Amino acid sequence: MASCKYDWPPAGQLGLIGKKTDRIDGPAKVSGRAKYSYDINRPGMLFGKMLTCPHAHAKVKSIDVSPALRHPGVKAALVIQDVGSEIQWAGDEVAAVAAVDFATAEDAVRLIKVEYDVLPHLVREENLSKDGDRAKSAGEQKVGDPDKAFADPEAVVSEGFYGAPVITHCCLETHGNVVEWGGPDSVLTYSSTQNVSGIPSQLGAALRAKKINVQDGNIETICQYIGGGFGSKFSIDRWGVVAAELSKQAGGKPVKLMLDRGEDLEVAGARPSYFGHVKASAAKDGSITAWHSETWGTGGPGPSGVPPVPYVLTGIPNIYKKHTSVSTNIGPARAWRAPNHPQACLMTLAALDDLAAKLNMDSMEFFKKNILLAPTYLVKTYQEEFDKAAELSEWSNRWHPRGDKTPGHLKRGLGVSFHTWGGRGHAGSCNVIVRPDGSVTVQSGTQDLGTGTRTVIAVVAAETFGLPVEAIQVEIGDSRYPFDGASGGSTTVGAASAWTRRGSVDALNQLFAAVAPSLGVQPNQLEARDGKVQVQGDSSKSLSWKDACAKLGAKTIHTMGKNPGPCELDSVGVGGVQVADVTVDTETGLVKINRLVAVQDCGLVIDKLTAESQVYGGLIMGVCYALFEEKIMDQTIGRMLNANMEFYKLAGIGDIGGELIVHMMTGPGYDNRGVIGLGEPPVISPGAAISNAVANAIGVRVSQLPLTPARVLAALAKGAVA
Amino acid sequence: MRKKREKKEAALALSRRDFLKGAGVTVSGGLLVGSSAAAAEAAVSENVVGPGPVPITLRINGENHRLSLEPRITLLDALRDHLNITGSKKVCDRATCGACTMLMDKKPVYACTVLAIEAEGHDITTIEGLAKDGQLSPVMEAFWKNDAQQCGFCTPGFVMACTAFLMKNSDPTLEEIEKGLGGNLCRCGTYAGIRRAALEAAKAMKGAQIHG
Ligand code: FES
Ligand code: FES
Repeated sequence: MASCKYDWPPAGQLGLIGKKTDRIDGPAKVSGRAKYSYDINRPGMLFGKMLTCPHAHAKVKSIDVSPALRHPGVKAALVIQDVGSEIQWAGDEVAAVAAVDFATAEDAVRLIKVEYDVLPHLVREENLSKDGDRAKSAGEQKVGDPDKAFADPEAVVSEGFYGAPVITHCCLETHGNVVEWGGPDSVLTYSSTQNVSGIPSQLGAALRAKKINVQDGNIETICQYIGGGFGSKFSIDRWGVVAAELSKQAGGKPVKLMLDRGEDLEVAGARPSYFGHVKASAAKDGSITAWHSETWGTGGPGPSGVPPVPYVLTGIPNIYKKHTSVSTNIGPARAWRAPNHPQACLMTLAALDDLAAKLNMDSMEFFKKNILLAPTYLVKTYQEEFDKAAELSEWSNRWHPRGDKTPGHLKRGLGVSFHTWGGRGHAGSCNVIVRPDGSVTVQSGTQDLGTGTRTVIAVVAAETFGLPVEAIQVEIGDSRYPFDGASGGSTTVGAASAWTRRGSVDALNQLFAAVAPSLGVQPNQLEARDGKVQVQGDSSKSLSWKDACAKLGAKTIHTMGKNPGPCELDSVGVGGVQVADVTVDTETGLVKINRLVAVQDCGLVIDKLTAESQVYGGLIMGVCYALFEEKIMDQTIGRMLNANMEFYKLAGIGDIGGELIVHMMTGPGYDNRGVIGLGEPPVISPGAAISNAVANAIGVRVSQLPLTPARVLAALAKGAVA
Repeated sequence: MRKKREKKEAALALSRRDFLKGAGVTVSGGLLVGSSAAAAEAAVSENVVGPGPVPITLRINGENHRLSLEPRITLLDALRDHLNITGSKKVCDRATCGACTMLMDKKPVYACTVLAIEAEGHDITTIEGLAKDGQLSPVMEAFWKNDAQQCGFCTPGFVMACTAFLMKNSDPTLEEIEKGLGGNLCRCGTYAGIRRAALEAAKAMKGAQIHG
């Protein structure tokens, strides 16, 4: 028996949880029926378009939208940033129009007259000595006595420079909304958002600040499907507020205002860069003794974030670290899947992999030896995961000391990395409804980013009620449903599974109370399984689910499930280990992935299919930033040179390599921890693992991501073994 | 050719409309690939339409739709904005990602880079046309069962590209699939599922007639 009434059923009794369940919204998506915000067409809808600033840093000297307003077909126009406003990045929005169709809006926006006073800008930060007073200390920290540790004549010391540039989110659905006024005091938004429940209050506050009076309760946000977010879509954003203003000006008509691809890449999300010099030392036996890092990065005009180094191995006895944040005129940073972790992981595990090479140690052995420096609660997980990853990657057969010595221009190498993430469920809630006809609905103002939220809710409810997944109707993506937190930081699956479980158990107990008299037992002697409500241990005394629900008479059961709440259903703190196996062509500099292995824990897995898809997705997104992605800024013109998808490169299906192996750590020691989020962890390690594999193959470190042919060839030419 | 034209446009920093305004548009085949707007203007004579709206009939999923559209409107925008057929997605709008893939006379095209007037007289099939009466096509079924989707925004384009590819090559190797679907991009990282889905769909479709 469960010791706490909402507890997950014991492992042996799970019917659906932990198995593979097909996405319940899969048919809608594969058939094109799923309606994303970008797909919403409303009667009388206008199309919005914004005018953006071509300068990286400037002040608005004059601005006049009246020529746009006079253009035939234009129904509204407004100034976003008036005279005197200081623009901090190219692509920032200064004015907007709404017109009868998109082409007319594009024409009209070009009629707007703006003059700027152009100011000096900085858009490249990788050379800290040139960053001047744009560079500000973001703090330093000292543990133990690093100077003494490095001075130890017995110490083996390795030094190197490592870095990763700014990259973008590049969600395939750009940012934007369709907004309309249903009357003087009510607004409806179709938003491409990771934060359905949070958008109304953001929009309400922004509109009230502009003296447009509307109460949060009269704002409804809908997002049934979203084409990617990755941390960049928590906010209504300026363009959402602008759409509401344009709509108001046009008498409440719906306004669709989606960014175009160039705008999206330039302004709607950047992951901060991270560069740095690292010195690390170990004793001859391989025990790490000291860490010294001086790092910097940019997150645009605001702070860059401070990646947590040394990553995972926080117990290194002697540490000095210092970080500098460089303020630049690039688009602002947004949370990018596992904020700060991929950068910290690269900086730490590339530097320590170089130290292992200097020690002539097998890097897997080296990290296993030092894993006791990780937080205690993760040590056992990592130990088991290292072994699994070694097995799946055939590490002991395939690993060789640094530099593949086989003749020819194709060099093969292996690299390992590991990572951690929190992932506890956020605060949120749902309604569970059980009707006399036997139908079951779960409603929540949550969202499904493609992670499988709908499916997770259906699996948990179905498991609890002893019903098939198809019997559960899941309604999400509307702020009118009970509040749920934003989907960020891998917090959704923990929350959604917990509030569904609590709401469903309460509903089931109400049903048991209604059914018990007719079966002549107490409610607590009943159980729900295989589509029946039956007496525990006596399936001959049972009612079909439908007949059981009919006992409710005219009464429909409504319960509310909440998180946090009683009983430990979710948890926090996962570990993962990844291995990359690559071949580098030393003539062309091309890196080819032979195999990627991901071994990942996330506590109790709800749907193994969508969980594995998360890990595959993380690996592939990792290949993208390891090999291809970079927001290339031009210091002369102050603009992004590759604000399009030809030159802002993502991996294609042919770029991901031969074999992707995903192994979820499940069973005793994992399942009993409860549910933990999985969105972020698998994307953290690929950069470091692939960089380490390339170093292992060619014998030199390519210091910066992405590992483009040019960088690989330059590293080979320099021949500098880090 | 189309791509070349787009690049030319970008280089001239002209919008589609400026370009077509200056050039006029011939309705009879062989659209503009001229070296400059002026040369193009000289090359056209009586068959000029636009820049204002012109009547267009599009045959989509077996049904005729009469529209009045400016010649600069792309096939993708015509369907998405004027006919509310939104399964095909607008992602790069520049022939890079494949999210807008439709079939034109059974051949895949990037609808963001085909003008609606170019599509007149051709049979257009969209993702909506593959799922007859709500029944998933074999490719759709395979994408679903292999979880070859996360956010799903790239999925309709991939399903269309995969359908067209398998019509040409019903027994592909993995390498052929990777080449055949190399014109589509996914941000969520679903390629592992897509590889499995394409192989499975090929098996399921062997000998079966693809509708659309
Ligand atoms: S939207 Fe047409 S190819 Fe990308
Ligand atoms: S599933 Fe999201 S872009 Fe492919």
